[in-house]
Amino acid sequence: MSTITIALAGNPNAGKTTLFNTLTGARQHVGNYPGVTVEKKEGAYTFASGEHASIIDLPGTYSLTAYSVEEVVARDYLVQEKPDVVINITDASNLERNLYLSTQFLELGVPMVIALNMIDVAQDRGISLDAQKLAALLKVPVIPIIARSGKGTAELMEAALDLAKENKLWDPLYISYGEDVDLALQTMAQRITAASFMTESYAPRWLALKYLEGDSQIREKGHAHNPAADTELQEIVDRVAAHLHKTMETYPEAIIADHRYGYIKSVLRQEVITHKFDIDRLYTSDRIDKVLTNRFLGPLIMLGVLLGLYKFTFTFSELPVAWLETFFGWASGNLDALLPEGHLKSMLISGVIDGMGGVLGFVPLIMFMFFGIAILEDSGYLARVAFMMDRVFRIFGLHGSSVMAYIVSGGIAGGCAVPGVMAARTLRSPRERLATLLTVSFMNCGAKLPVLALLTATFFSNNQAQLMFLLTLLAWGVALIAAKFLRLTVLRGDSTPFVMELPPYRFPTFLGLFIHTWERTWQYIKKAGTTILAISILIWAMMTFPGLPATEEENFARQRQEVAALSAQTPEETLQLKEKLAAIDSDQAGSALRHSLAGRIGTSMESVSWLPGFDWRTNIALVGGFAAKEVIVATLGTAYSLGETDPEETASLSETLAKDPHWNPLMAMSLIVFVMFYAPCFVTVVCISRESGSWKWGLFSICFNTAFAFSLATLVYQGGRALGFAG
Amino acid sequence: MPTLLLRKMQKDQTGTITAVKVGGELGRRIRDMGIVPGTRITIMGRAPLYDPVALRIMGGTLTLRNNEADHIEVEIAGPDEEL
Repeated sequence: MSTITIALAGNPNAGKTTLFNTLTGARQHVGNYPGVTVEKKEGAYTFASGEHASIIDLPGTYSLTAYSVEEVVARDYLVQEKPDVVINITDASNLERNLYLSTQFLELGVPMVIALNMIDVAQDRGISLDAQKLAALLKVPVIPIIARSGKGTAELMEAALDLAKENKLWDPLYISYGEDVDLALQTMAQRITAASFMTESYAPRWLALKYLEGDSQIREKGHAHNPAADTELQEIVDRVAAHLHKTMETYPEAIIADHRYGYIKSVLRQEVITHKFDIDRLYTSDRIDKVLTNRFLGPLIMLGVLLGLYKFTFTFSELPVAWLETFFGWASGNLDALLPEGHLKSMLISGVIDGMGGVLGFVPLIMFMFFGIAILEDSGYLARVAFMMDRVFRIFGLHGSSVMAYIVSGGIAGGCAVPGVMAARTLRSPRERLATLLTVSFMNCGAKLPVLALLTATFFSNNQAQLMFLLTLLAWGVALIAAKFLRLTVLRGDSTPFVMELPPYRFPTFLGLFIHTWERTWQYIKKAGTTILAISILIWAMMTFPGLPATEEENFARQRQEVAALSAQTPEETLQLKEKLAAIDSDQAGSALRHSLAGRIGTSMESVSWLPGFDWRTNIALVGGFAAKEVIVATLGTAYSLGETDPEETASLSETLAKDPHWNPLMAMSLIVFVMFYAPCFVTVVCISRESGSWKWGLFSICFNTAFAFSLATLVYQGGRALGFAG
Repeated sequence: MPTLLLRKMQKDQTGTITAVKVGGELGRRIRDMGIVPGTRITIMGRAPLYDPVALRIMGGTLTLRNNEADHIEVEIAGPDEEL
């Protein structure tokens, strides 16, 4: 027998991922479903008999009616790929609700085994379940398991294998939905069969049911397939809906849901489930919640936890980041020594190594952040954060879960938008998620800090600390207002229903945490790595080509020769000569930069950049800042012919700026707001594109942010001048 | 026995859902999570800003925003059952 395919399906929080990890261990592969950002996880399992199975971890859903991408993906997979068996994993301590999805699998008719997970937790709660009786009533195998420890999983897989070998035809369960709906279903099923309306993919009655449930995806498909039949079916639906509304003030989908729950209750009532205690009894989890979501203590603890996550991420990743920096420093040092001067060397060092360093430099950050988030998510605390923060974030058209992404991105100054953008994955609501993705880069990330520090230290040295704090508040304000603006314009639409589960607190499993962390990190390295390397080389080329014309090159060479011709007598003189040479080098680097494509762009941009008060040097620095914000300081140094400026050592640049008549506190303030809000660095742009599933949004973030920053900086500069602040 | 909107219920109050008066995406989502007529719920608590609300249903805990809870009518259990 060839490899069988087994799909894992179930509610979120039922332990689906834990079971998947237990079954497949490290033998898993993560991809994406075509066209959507939902992850597709596949793994391999070998039976005791030596046979193999390929296991697909479907996204967790509560239902099979198209509501979110996850549900569409899960359903399409089942209908189109027709796996041999579905393992429906259910939370035994919360069985009634979990069986709602199971019922829909039965109605679809797919061969299924039900796993009663966390049977130990259910027993602790005084719930006893008769698996055999449930199996007899539902006519599918039911196996109690404990996914965390692997107990019962071998039996579960054997049952799945046996079922797969039976090779049964799909056998849909027919539930009665009451007279009105049943009659409509019958009529519609007849029409569907007569018109061969999408019958190659779906069973007629199931299709009719989806029409009655108002399933938007099925309707779209139906309309495209056969508009006349679609209209006819829709007319029947409208008639039933009108009738139900008139007689009972209800909706077809409400009737259907009620009857499904009725079916479940009728099954469970037949001595399948017995409760030893009152089902509303408080469990340990509820007692923890009394403290953790307490009106006063809750927010304080949450602040502590988020601060802790932040400290954990940025403190623990410091050391590996430093190792990586040392490694890349060592690599470029070696190349510098090995290769002859020239474009190849410059490209390898400034393009490839710096680009790679840029990508890999984020890896420890991403690893630690995802490890921290995985703990919060798997333990159930993240849902509580969303619960507590929702009221505030909803005002801005966001979701309670958005808070995490903002904090990591620099809501506490010094974060990083790259892991922040990736943290938005925990959001399930598409519009809220996109609004979060597009606004987190307004936060003051660690790379903007050197720029802000330089400018505040140079021009506002008396109130630097207060100003930095105000800038953090400004970033929050702008990000939230921008989110609101996006939700009122390009991302217009009702807020996604918040209805959400607060799962019981659980200890995360180490295997789960590690797999989770590694997966995300590897995806980042793989996908972002290639793109970022390419853009890094492109930016290098822009700042290098075209080189200085030969006459100017000669000019600098002659100056050098003149200096070299002077012979030094004393050590002081030798030092002076060296300084002179370095000054010529810096001069040349400055001229070359101005002559390069980036320099020309910077110069030509002066025609608009006078509005916020920037000259060509600042413009070039800002172009370079697209590679990474810390480059702004270094490029500004080169443009002022100070040579490469180390972002940590900016004293000479600070002096130069303070003396330069072009600069004044007003222009510095204008530049500060521009740097805070203009286009995110391209690593962030790549991540935004990846996470949103489209380059369109990456491009949007560049244009939207830059336009916004430009307007704000212009307002500051011109407004300040009008008020007479230009000192 | 009085019927109340879910929004008006107090912490620790218990009742049985009598009607869910909303259709569309929200209605479907609410029903998917088990909020259907005939089901018993208990209010577990509210977020620090009084919204959303957390409730116990079928042995699990769900959260709803107040404006979503507005569509749900609940028959309150007798005073002896109230805490």
